[in-house]
Amino acid sequence: MEIKKGIAVSPGISIAKSLIIDSEDYRIPRRLIKSSQRMVEIQRTRNAFKDAIGELTQLEAAHDRSGGGKIKDIFAVHLRFLHDRSLRKKVTDLVHAESVTAEYAVSTVLREIASHFAKEKDAYMSERAADIYDIERRLLKQLLGKKREDVGHLTEEVVIVARELSPTQTAGFDRKYVKGIASDAGGRTSHAAIVARSLGIPAVVALEDLTEYTSGGDIVIVDGNRGIVIVNPDDQTIRQYEEYSKEFAELEHRLDEIRQEPAVTRDGTEITLLGNIEFPNEAEVVLEKGGAGIGLYRTEFLYLNTESEPTEQDHYEAYAETVRVFADRPVVIRTLDLGADKYTQSKRFAPEPNPFLGLRSIRFCLQNLTLFKKQLRAILRVSVLGEVKIMFPLITNRQELMQAKMILHDVMEDLDEESIPYNRNIQVGIMIETPSAALTAYSLASDVDFFSIGTNDLTQYTLAVDRGNELVSMLYSTVDPAVLRLIRNVIQDAHKAQIDLSVCGEMASEPEYIMLLMGLGVRTISIASPMIPEIKQIIRSVTIEYCNKVARKVLGMDSERQISAYLRNAARKILPEAF
Amino acid sequence: MQAEEDILENVVYDTELEIKNAEGLHMRPAMKFVDIANRFDSEINVSNGETNVDGKSIMQISMLAATCGTKLKVRAKGPDALEAINALKELVEEKHFDEPTPKR
Repeated sequence: MEIKKGIAVSPGISIAKSLIIDSEDYRIPRRLIKSSQRMVEIQRTRNAFKDAIGELTQLEAAHDRSGGGKIKDIFAVHLRFLHDRSLRKKVTDLVHAESVTAEYAVSTVLREIASHFAKEKDAYMSERAADIYDIERRLLKQLLGKKREDVGHLTEEVVIVARELSPTQTAGFDRKYVKGIASDAGGRTSHAAIVARSLGIPAVVALEDLTEYTSGGDIVIVDGNRGIVIVNPDDQTIRQYEEYSKEFAELEHRLDEIRQEPAVTRDGTEITLLGNIEFPNEAEVVLEKGGAGIGLYRTEFLYLNTESEPTEQDHYEAYAETVRVFADRPVVIRTLDLGADKYTQSKRFAPEPNPFLGLRSIRFCLQNLTLFKKQLRAILRVSVLGEVKIMFPLITNRQELMQAKMILHDVMEDLDEESIPYNRNIQVGIMIETPSAALTAYSLASDVDFFSIGTNDLTQYTLAVDRGNELVSMLYSTVDPAVLRLIRNVIQDAHKAQIDLSVCGEMASEPEYIMLLMGLGVRTISIASPMIPEIKQIIRSVTIEYCNKVARKVLGMDSERQISAYLRNAARKILPEAF
Repeated sequence: MQAEEDILENVVYDTELEIKNAEGLHMRPAMKFVDIANRFDSEINVSNGETNVDGKSIMQISMLAATCGTKLKVRAKGPDALEAINALKELVEEKHFDEPTPKR
């Protein structure tokens, strides 16, 4: 029995056999093949080189057009390697001599070359190992591309164990069979964690070396409430957890009972509780859990789930499905917010050195107008079906907002010309998730109908902490005094300008933080649907007067630790059973 | 006629080239090196005294990991051996792969 402690990112308990999947760092087992099979593997090797060359040539050409000098050179070097006959021969010779698979031979040969570079004393030379690993990955992607989809065809319940999961991988999981998720890397707000939460799959991340302790088929317990993963538990532990799991399910059930009740404090302040969704089929779950609408409809799935770019009709249908479910209740559709995650980076023409500060989100859209306009058209077209609002992410200054609005206006004119109906008075809002937007909220407020504070990005940009990096993730805290000052600033500016304000980051779904937000003046929050009942229960058991007091106290504190401890205590007093 | 071709096939030239750019024969210079080497029909071999590699293979050339100051023996064999040697000499010792040389 091995007990590992990580970060709980999605609540619930699961007990099942493990399925290990490799994501970025493919570890290829040495599998011997029959000698008659060798020609097949050699042909597979050749095809992989050919396809990798094709892929790279395209990337290089794309970069030629956009004029990226250094990056183009990198592609050019990688292409020379792929064209290098002596490299290819080394790989096919290994397949032939040792009767191993193409992927094993590719991996072995390239890692050997990489380690040759890594041994060089000259730092400049030793760093070249990264280039070789990159070439290895590109070849393996060709060889393993199809195999990796196996998770999609499960026939029994499993717990997924992986080094790291991409949001796309997570989104592709079949809820019927994937009962739990445990990964070595990742943080509380990594996208994979968010997806796990919205799918309601218990998940624990940042387990560091779990994959080294687990073999495929081991029984694994994922405790998504306490952040514990147990590999090969003994009978007593299994019994304990079965019991615990039952209790947890009962608590969930009790919370579900309050879903028809309004989210109103004991002294009569009403809070609007909305749901965050990722996929159209989650809309139903938001309703089930008692959400009053969608406060954040992430639209990235449209791009992540397919190889080709979605059409306007793809957008339209996905949005229409959700909007119809909510009829006259609000659905806030956020425009494409892709760019910084590993998945898009790996697909991108060239990985950016610093993607979180790079061409992502609205910046990406403003440079890819065809793609952006396509999405805006679809959103405008569904606006006649219900109460649709548009939200632009990652705005950093007024000019960007004006540009985005101008493009929206262009699209409206196009629709006018084609006599396609849309809601002319559609509400337009922005995410406040960069310090620059928070500091200039007073000015941005005059040009939008609403703000939505994205606490995840706002925190990471304010504190300069990568939320997915477990080495520094302890520095990441939404209740850091610096972040709270920005949040308070935005709330005050929104009130002054009399525009709507909501909070849609993870912060709003933390039972410990909800009172603080209410005390700061927040009246609308949007959270992952599984959290709605619990948050509603807290709202119903507090008074706004008490929340105001909590906020005043916290604003007077100058250390994150003090604030965290104070908020935990305050919440414990209100809701002892939840902590 | 046949004899003349045979003679041409076997023309051998060699020279010693010193790497003079600051960062040495890393990926980009290696690419330039093999690009030029591949323009010629002659066989091209490069040696650092320990290892002898194919001058047309980027894998082999880059694995020499020749740093600034390293002297490489380059040997070309074939009909255009002299042209090949001259072109490589120009790239390595005159142009320094179009890269900066160390500040003195």
